[in-house]
Formats: sequence, C-alpha cells, structure tokens
Amino acid sequence: MEIQAIHSILLERFGSEAVGDGPRAAIDPWIQVSPDSIVAVGRFLRDEPRLKFDHLNDLCGVDYFEPDAKKAPKFGHEPHVEVVYQLSSVSLKHRLKLKVSIPRWKDNVAGQLPSVPSVSSVWGIADWHEREAYDLMGIHFEGHPNLRRILCPEDWTGHALRKDYEFPLEYHGIRGR
Amino acid sequence: MALQIEDPRVVEFDVQTDEMLVNMGPQHPSTHGVLRLLLRTDGEIVHECTPHIGYLHRCAEKIGENLSPPQYIPYTDRMDYLAAMNMNLGFALTIEKLIGMEVPEKAVHLRVFIAELGRVASHLVAMGTYGLDLGTFSPFLYAFREREIILEFFEEICGARLTYSYLTVGGATHDLPEEIMIPDGLASLTGRPPGEMMPFFDCVELFLKWIEKRISEYHTLLTRNAIFIKRTAGMGILTPEMAVSYGCTGPVLRGSGVDYDLRRDGEAIYTRMYQGYSFEIPVAPFAKVAPCEVVLGDNWCRFYVRMMEVVQAIRLVRQSMPKYKAATGSHREAFKMNTKLPKDEVYLETEAPRGQMGFYVVGNGDAAPLRVRAKSSCFCNLSITDLICRGVPLADIPAIVGSLDIVMGEIDR
Repeated sequence: MEIQAIHSILLERFGSEAVGDGPRAAIDPWIQVSPDSIVAVGRFLRDEPRLKFDHLNDLCGVDYFEPDAKKAPKFGHEPHVEVVYQLSSVSLKHRLKLKVSIPRWKDNVAGQLPSVPSVSSVWGIADWHEREAYDLMGIHFEGHPNLRRILCPEDWTGHALRKDYEFPLEYHGIRGR
Repeated sequence: MALQIEDPRVVEFDVQTDEMLVNMGPQHPSTHGVLRLLLRTDGEIVHECTPHIGYLHRCAEKIGENLSPPQYIPYTDRMDYLAAMNMNLGFALTIEKLIGMEVPEKAVHLRVFIAELGRVASHLVAMGTYGLDLGTFSPFLYAFREREIILEFFEEICGARLTYSYLTVGGATHDLPEEIMIPDGLASLTGRPPGEMMPFFDCVELFLKWIEKRISEYHTLLTRNAIFIKRTAGMGILTPEMAVSYGCTGPVLRGSGVDYDLRRDGEAIYTRMYQGYSFEIPVAPFAKVAPCEVVLGDNWCRFYVRMMEVVQAIRLVRQSMPKYKAATGSHREAFKMNTKLPKDEVYLETEAPRGQMGFYVVGNGDAAPLRVRAKSSCFCNLSITDLICRGVPLADIPAIVGSLDIVMGEIDR
C-alpha cells in the first residue's frame, strides 16, 4: 500500500494532531507522529488487517545538533532528537517509516533525558532496540519493562551517540582522554 | 540464608534459595564470540537466560559520523566478519540509494556472484561450528576445508581473506581476475596438478562441482545423524508470531515457517540485482524430508534452512558467471571521496546470511553523514534467547544459541 493511502487511514482514525497533515516527502517518505500517540498508532498499524505492520525492522535515535558553534548557523535543522521507526509487513510485503520528534533535553535542562512512550508492548524487539537507544542516545522510554544499558557497561556515564558527548576522563582507573 | 536475603545483587535477580546463577561467561567456546549468558537454573533446568552483550562494542555508529562512505566500508567488514562481503554490499547499496547512483550491469552480476559465494562461506561456518558446539569435530573440519577454497578465491580477487572491503559504493574495487593459480586445497581434492594456472571461472566451476557432491555427505554427517536429531529436533521452538514480533529474520524466520526473503520481497534497488536469476527460497516445514521428531521452528529446521540455502546459493553463483561474462560496462562507477551527501535519509535492508542487515544513513550536505545506523540481524535474533531457552537442561543451551547463528561483531558493532 502506498504511504499516502496509509496516511489517510491513520488520519481518519487519529486526526492530524497525532499523525500530521501528510507524509513527509523524501527518498524514503515518512509519517511524523506525535510522542503521545505513538503506542496507539503502532498498535493500530500492527493489528489493522489492511496494514498488518507486524515487523519492527528498526528503532533508532538521531541527534540533530551541531556542537561546533561556528558551523551551527549552517546546520539546517533545529536542535532536537528524532526516534525513527522502520516498519514492514511480512504478509502484505509493504514498508513504512514513522518519526517522533522530541527535544534534546527534557524541559531544556541539560542532562535530563527526554521521554517517549515505549512500544515494547506492541513489538517484542522494541525492548532491546529501546534499550540501545537509551544507552547510546539518552532517550527515556516510559513504560519500558527493563530500561538498562545494553552495549555500554551498567555504570557508564553519558550517552555516546549524542553530538555533545564527551568521553569520560577516567573509568575505573583507566584513563579516558 | 541471611546472606542471600540481604545481598542486594542476589535479591535483584530474584533467585530462590534452591536456584543457582550460572554464568556462561564472555569467554566460552560455545557462545560464538563474547556473549555472556546469565542462567538462573534449578539444578540442571534453566529457568531464565539473560544475554549480556556489549563486550565487542567498538562504536562503529559514532565513527561513521566522521568518515565518508568509502572510508566506512572497512568498518562494515568488521561487523559480521564471517560474511563481510554481504555487509559491504548492504552499506554500498544504502549509499547508492541515498545519492541515486545506478551501478553498471557488470557490477550487478559481480555483486551477485560475490554475495552468494560469501553466503556459502558463511553457512559453512554456521554448519561447522554448530556441529562443534554439539561435540562433533569432523563437520567443522570439512566445512573449513571447503571454506578455505572460497577464501583463496576471495584472496585472488581482492587480497584479503576475512575483511575484504571489496564491494564499495559504485560497484567493486577491482575487477575479477582472468586467470588464477588453482587453490592448493582444490588441487589436492580434485586431483589437479598444484600450481596450475586456470581461468578464474573454470576454477570456480570446479569448486562448485566439488562442493555439490559433498553436500549430501554433510547431510549424513549431521542432518540425518540420529544423535544430532535427538539434540536439535523439538528444541528451541520459535513460533512464527514470536519470530515476527521479535524481529527475527533470515534462516531463523524461515525456519519458523514464515516465507519472507529480501531477495524477492525487498526494496527495488536490492531485488533488481536478482532479476533474471532463478532460485528457490527454502522455508520450513520440510514435510517430506524432515525426521518425525522435528517440530516447526526448532533448531533442526533453522539448520536445514541454512543447508538448503547453500544449494540455492551455488545455483545463483553458477547463473551469475555467464551473465557477468556477457555484461558490458565497468566493474565500478566512480565515486569521489569528497562527494557531498544530499540532505536526505535512507534505510535499506539486505538479505545477509544471518538475516536482514539494515543500514540507515542520514546525510546533511557534507561528505560524512550525520548519522549511520547499522541494524544488526543477529541483535534481533538473539533477543528471543530468553523465550526459547526456558525449561531446557543446561546442556541444550549451546544447541539453541548455536542454531541462531550469531556473530558478536554484528550484535555489538
């Protein structure tokens, strides 16, 4: 099914505040979803017989931020973090991309992680993907059953894929930088 | 007893007084790399199996933000290092999708040839090491004997045996050689004089004829072996719904009965590589050939899917050779190192031997992308370990984890 048709179905069900006015044009068009409705939209996409997006291919975070103040004016994006959901259907063989936009820090307080509801109740693999997004991108997933670091050690500080991440000076006596 | 109640580490794991925490630690011959499995067992029966990963995390995604795509290709080699050609292909195709580049016809057939030969090599390791996990050494040696010949072919093509960096943006770095010296292993196995110079494709055809005959031998060694069947059939059962929900792909998904393969169902930029090729996609259940103890979605099904995929890969390699010889054009479309990537983003999944490997690249007008995300097939395949390892004896854990065919380099990146 084409993305325009999928968006019409979602618009009818959830309204434009949740799923935007239309799909965003790109090489891989996507639907921008509001953070509060991502779980409901995800569950609908999975269960609706015309759509059946039962396979979550990928869930990752992208940090749109330019740490170098000299290059910041030409960056072209407002500083924010996106959570990108790549979906597909093994039975109907179509694909979809969803994006949720959240601020880089909660209430703009540096260090307080922004939050997004967890979709681990919709797709089982979201559990591990969200743990990795929390670990490396510093996104807090509300309602996640087991939000701990997955790739970095449990006592690591900082979220490595953030553009303003600074490698720790030392870790258990080993010099960092 | 007082110590167990007060010790917070034990309380956190909710260990009952008659249970044990057994650590199948990161250094273990059967965990296919640095994987730590924390098992909560009641005597020998496993109640919970928690994988801990990250021992091989090398920050590949962060590094990708500083390198232009051709410079990043060697990093993709080191992800699934047993199927490095397929990793290179995945990333190269993603960048080509981003910049809208179409590779010459010759490069397309070259890529199919290389990717499917890499698939054979990867599945041989899977077969050999799975036998090794279960305690049999001979299939391992046979598998590596055949794999050695493939690695010598790859060495003649690109100079490396494991981390090739061969398939790159625009095609491949070098063209296939005209004539090579026959690999020593192939010479001694087929009775040819060692050191004989042969046309490259004749040499490959000789190898394919050799390995085709040997596949039936490996079936008697493992697939039809009563001990192997007793240790793999009816175990580690993964239902199709669970497999799809937990993002399992590749032989793990097809072993559970879900007919989905990106070479047929994937995106156009990837499926058009395989247009004009005839091949089948093996999917469980194998009603006519499976032993009666086999259940859909168990270890045996996943293993058999890989064995059948080797047969299909050989078919594809055979078809690609005349197509390559007949094709026009160059083996590579030029891509300048400092080409600025468009301000756009793409995601592309390709069918690697272990599952669907996805690359998500966000470009922002510079030569280096803003974000490189590598979605690993084994990462998703490993997530079901806890679900399928409950209630089995400890000795079956290597059998179940081995049937998932994981490579830690890809999981941890």
